[in-house]
Amino acid sequence: MNRLTATLASAAMLLAFAPPAFAATIFVSNEKDNTITVIDSETLKTVKTIPVGRRPRGVVLSPDFKELFVAAGDGDIMDVIDTKTLEKSRELESGPDPELMAVDPKGEKIYIANEDDSLVTIMDIKSGDVLGEVPVGVEPEGMSVSPDNKYTVATSESTSMAHVIDNAKMKLIANVLVDSRPREAKFTADGKELWVSSEVGGSISVIDPKTWKVIKKIRFEVPGVRPELLQPVGMEFTKDGKLLFVALGPANRVGVIDTATKEVKNYILVGQRPWHLELNPEGTKLYVANGLTNDMTVIDVASQKAEKSVPVGRLPWGVAVMP
Amino acid sequence: MLSLSVPSLRQGIKLSAAAAASLLIICTLTGSVLAEDQKASPAPAPAAAPQAPDQAPVKLPIYYLGKAYPEPLPLSYAERPIKDKGIQGARLYTKEANQSGSFVGMAFELVEAIVPAKGDVVAKAKEILKKGDALIVADLEPEDLLAVADLPEAKNSVIMNIRSSQEALRQEQCRQNVFHIIPDWAMRADAIAQYLIVKKWPRWFVLHGNSAEDKDFLAQIERSAKRYGGKIVEERVYDLPPGARNLDSGYQQVQGQIPMVTEGAPSHDVIWAIDTEDNFGDYLPYRTYEPNLVVGTQGLQATAWDKSYTEYGAMTFQDDLLKLAKRDATERDYTAWIGVRALTDAAMRSGKTTAPEIKAYLLSDDFNLEGHKGQAMNFRSWDHQMRQPIILGGGTRTVVSKSPQEGFLHETNLTDTLGYDKPETKCKFQ
Repeated sequence: MNRLTATLASAAMLLAFAPPAFAATIFVSNEKDNTITVIDSETLKTVKTIPVGRRPRGVVLSPDFKELFVAAGDGDIMDVIDTKTLEKSRELESGPDPELMAVDPKGEKIYIANEDDSLVTIMDIKSGDVLGEVPVGVEPEGMSVSPDNKYTVATSESTSMAHVIDNAKMKLIANVLVDSRPREAKFTADGKELWVSSEVGGSISVIDPKTWKVIKKIRFEVPGVRPELLQPVGMEFTKDGKLLFVALGPANRVGVIDTATKEVKNYILVGQRPWHLELNPEGTKLYVANGLTNDMTVIDVASQKAEKSVPVGRLPWGVAVMP
Repeated sequence: MLSLSVPSLRQGIKLSAAAAASLLIICTLTGSVLAEDQKASPAPAPAAAPQAPDQAPVKLPIYYLGKAYPEPLPLSYAERPIKDKGIQGARLYTKEANQSGSFVGMAFELVEAIVPAKGDVVAKAKEILKKGDALIVADLEPEDLLAVADLPEAKNSVIMNIRSSQEALRQEQCRQNVFHIIPDWAMRADAIAQYLIVKKWPRWFVLHGNSAEDKDFLAQIERSAKRYGGKIVEERVYDLPPGARNLDSGYQQVQGQIPMVTEGAPSHDVIWAIDTEDNFGDYLPYRTYEPNLVVGTQGLQATAWDKSYTEYGAMTFQDDLLKLAKRDATERDYTAWIGVRALTDAAMRSGKTTAPEIKAYLLSDDFNLEGHKGQAMNFRSWDHQMRQPIILGGGTRTVVSKSPQEGFLHETNLTDTLGYDKPETKCKFQ
């Protein structure tokens, strides 16, 4: 009897913890509130609100998920949050007006776009020492490290280029002209393509890292939406790499692109002015920060439907998800 | 927003039957020219720039042609007169253009050609044009601008008007070699009018000076009232002689004068101040007979740039200009910055360096300029006026709004609800 109960109990427990039941933690930066909202992915409830420096925008996790880096643009620093205690543990001297950053796959270096100085600052994550500064175009913003850790790409919003840095030499090796105001750069998981979103130009440029040439430009069209409102910003590839989700800013939609055909397959209505978005660890849900409506939309990846809107702080901007 | 815009739109349509009919005609006409003017599927821009070439960069001169006109003094002694409006913005973008240009093998040189107040700007232009077609940023008053543009040797040059809002320059006096970065009075009037209609403040009392520019702006406000359903309850001339600027204890007299000047107008929601020479507009707020809001050349202003504007990376421009000029950015610094930017961007993106090729690119669907306004800016084909959102602010520490306002509709481009649309233009390029 006892044994049976125990078996049943453990069976029930197994059922209860059947995948994908492991709750992830979602971090959303609130530009206006100077806070990070921490959300439990299962309950979609706010666990904690962490005060950070002024105007927090870019949020990035270290590859071991132990630390969260927060670029506080108006504070000229980068806050580091201990993801266990959910407290600010230290600050990095990021240089002026940090906006977005990328961490290399080993978690050793962080590449920071200093919007005001037209520089990319390369920093040792552990010590906070500046290892190098690379001058790029005016107003650098989007940052991405290639999966093989050979290159880092910075997009300059004003110069409208994707600048390619050779990580070993810390030198520029290519400058690719894209449409106006490029906001984010993302390598595909296999490193074979680099995607760059141009906010004002209203396009995504797909670049071949072998030649550093634009091989395809993707544009957007939604009946009844003025073309100038279709402004691609944040991008996220699905785990299988078959789709790209892109936040379309004032068009209040997330575009879904087939990465093979490079065609826009769907538009998902979300809150107003979505900025950045990120998948959960299983790749089944997408979290979108909506700048104007102070909420985060949860999109079901399989059905491509918006499922829920979760309130966060004022002017949410960046999203990071920790398993 | 919907609840706001719907009734306001209705109000906008509540015009006289004739005006409503003409609006309808405008709509139909615009519809019919849609195919020609729509920028639906721009051809792909040049795929990639040449990468950091080893050979010496192509060097392109940009001429800043100006004249040291006497500027109206600020009404307040506390506000320092600025003598380098414009040129500082041009210097700033030349620096940025060279930073970008270094990646594509191009370099730019700003040639500053500013003649004294009594100097001969046409002679200066001839000197420049002796070397061939030129790319010119013109900080000139209308008469001088036209004299330069009409030089036979300037025919194939590109001239950016960064200074004058005069309406005729976009209408009867338009020129094929002149592009207008600075908004005209019609765009400014429409930008404010749209906002007032959205706010449901449609009754306007206009108090205006009598300079040629004042009258120009007044005519455009009358046009805006007709377009958007505003009602001008009275037009009154402010004719007290300006005299010296705000003097010690002057406020006591002003405090007594302004109520008298503003007394007795029919019921109104706002006062439009038209005072392009900065003689009295700033005396109006808080001193009017009735508790009035003030819009126009003072109070809430419609401008291409304001020192309170911070969106879409605007702070980089504000900060960089402050660093360079040791003062806040003015509208003319911005228009000069955009003027240089349009020319150098067109050169870098097209890879072309001659004025006719750059002009062709400026007018092509590929030309989409980024200028911290949150949307691509380009030129209207019918009068070469730059399409741009207009900031409503000035005299306020934060931006109040940006026009075009949501709720107003246009077949092709919402920004074309500001100023003269294609069917209305009086411009015929020779």
